[in-house]
Amino acid sequence: MLYINCPHCGMRSQNEFSYGGDATVKRPVLNKEVSDQEWDDFVYNRKSLRGKHLELWQHISGCRQWIKVERDTATHEIFRTFKADEEVA
Amino acid sequence: MQKYSIFNLVKNAFSNHENWDLAWKDPTPKEQYDVVIIGGGGHGLATAYYLAKEHNITNVAIIEKGWIGGGNVGRNTTIIRSNYMHDENGLFSEFGMDLWRKMSQDLNYNVMFSPRGIINLAHSDAQMNAYARRGNSMRLNGIDAVLLNREQVKEIIPMADFSENVRFPIFGGLMQPSAGTARHDAVAWGYARQADSMGVDIIQNCEVTGFDVVAGKIKGIRTSRGNIKAKKVGICVAGSTNILAEKLNMTLPIETHLLQACVSEPVKPVLDNVVTFGAGHFYVSQSDKGEMVMGGDLDGYNSYAQRGNLPTLQHVLTEGIAMMPFLSKLKMLRTWGGIMDMSMDGSPIIDKTHIEGLYLNCGWCYGGFKATPASGWTFAHTIAQDRVHELNAGYSLNRFSTGNLIDEKGLGTKTWIS
Repeated sequence: MLYINCPHCGMRSQNEFSYGGDATVKRPVLNKEVSDQEWDDFVYNRKSLRGKHLELWQHISGCRQWIKVERDTATHEIFRTFKADEEVA
Repeated sequence: MQKYSIFNLVKNAFSNHENWDLAWKDPTPKEQYDVVIIGGGGHGLATAYYLAKEHNITNVAIIEKGWIGGGNVGRNTTIIRSNYMHDENGLFSEFGMDLWRKMSQDLNYNVMFSPRGIINLAHSDAQMNAYARRGNSMRLNGIDAVLLNREQVKEIIPMADFSENVRFPIFGGLMQPSAGTARHDAVAWGYARQADSMGVDIIQNCEVTGFDVVAGKIKGIRTSRGNIKAKKVGICVAGSTNILAEKLNMTLPIETHLLQACVSEPVKPVLDNVVTFGAGHFYVSQSDKGEMVMGGDLDGYNSYAQRGNLPTLQHVLTEGIAMMPFLSKLKMLRTWGGIMDMSMDGSPIIDKTHIEGLYLNCGWCYGGFKATPASGWTFAHTIAQDRVHELNAGYSLNRFSTGNLIDEKGLGTKTWIS
């Protein structure tokens, strides 16, 4: 069981959350021509590495906010959590 | 190589079975190979075997980080089927079914292929219609499919929940009678033994640490046991695909996820088919030892852990008990996990890459084991001929950017929106 520290609600169990994937993916800016490759990278291509991974979760059975979680994909250790609009240093 | 036969078994009995040859050797890596296959799982071993058998390329090495049969080929739930709707998947998998039927004779190794049939249960009229459509598509591709009504399903699996007040009543099901199971370790060992006998070097405990690429062409690989030159390199590493891709500065439409399976204590024979629950994601079969072999959903978040988390297991088994209530009486014997190369459309990739001489085989999601022979056969063809075979033409790497995705219900990484 993962325990995720929701920045809005505090420590809650994994069952209350839904996973949302890589949080570092950036949607292409739409006020310019966007190439197929850029769309491809945004929609499909992922690094998905072993080790630290910044990812989105939604506290779906709690405050329903999207949050960012920094987690190790090999050990499942959770280092830090952030609000969705918080910049991650 | 000693043939495995009743004659040799009797003969070796007189020397207490102490004089059998090793099934495969433990060679030190040579300086150079014509083809290096990275990954000594089922697909890698099968690729090396078909390179030698079909294309007469025997100066081949398999580089394996761990040991033969220690990855997903020894962690799956051994299901073999070709019940796909789309041509790309159906024709590819049915080609594989032919190889499965001949495999024990072909490899001189009993892989215990057991074509016991698979039943996908339907729990609504809409699902029955969808199964009728899929069954028709399968039959057009020469794959056997039988649409069963509720009574017919009840005759085959009377232990499923046919009571009146269930949340997901069984309306019927789609059966592929020729589908089944096989002994997964034997598949790895059988391919390894034959590949070794034809001159393939199986190099275990050897991790790939980098690639030598010069002017867009592959020259060799760097490993924990020294550099190895190679004219061609095939990557076949399932859950480690993203790690090797990063060393090549490639970003792939693949995420690495964790999939769990479990077996119960062994019980008397009760279930002689593979059965899947249609209102969720759960499947079950009974092994020859009597254990109920079960599996279902991904854990749901990127993972390299090779071990599972209990909430998912609980969720999966809840579905199992809804389908077959007697499962709740069984004690769980073992649970385990494997790391899956989940592609974004749920179908695999067997293709060339932008680097000359480098080939990619990945994205097997939930269905890697059944694809072992067809994957090895087509990957060997792609490497040997430097062009894809028509069977794996649909499994291209660029289908994501060109929009030619395979719209099978294969479930990619985004299980949370399914």
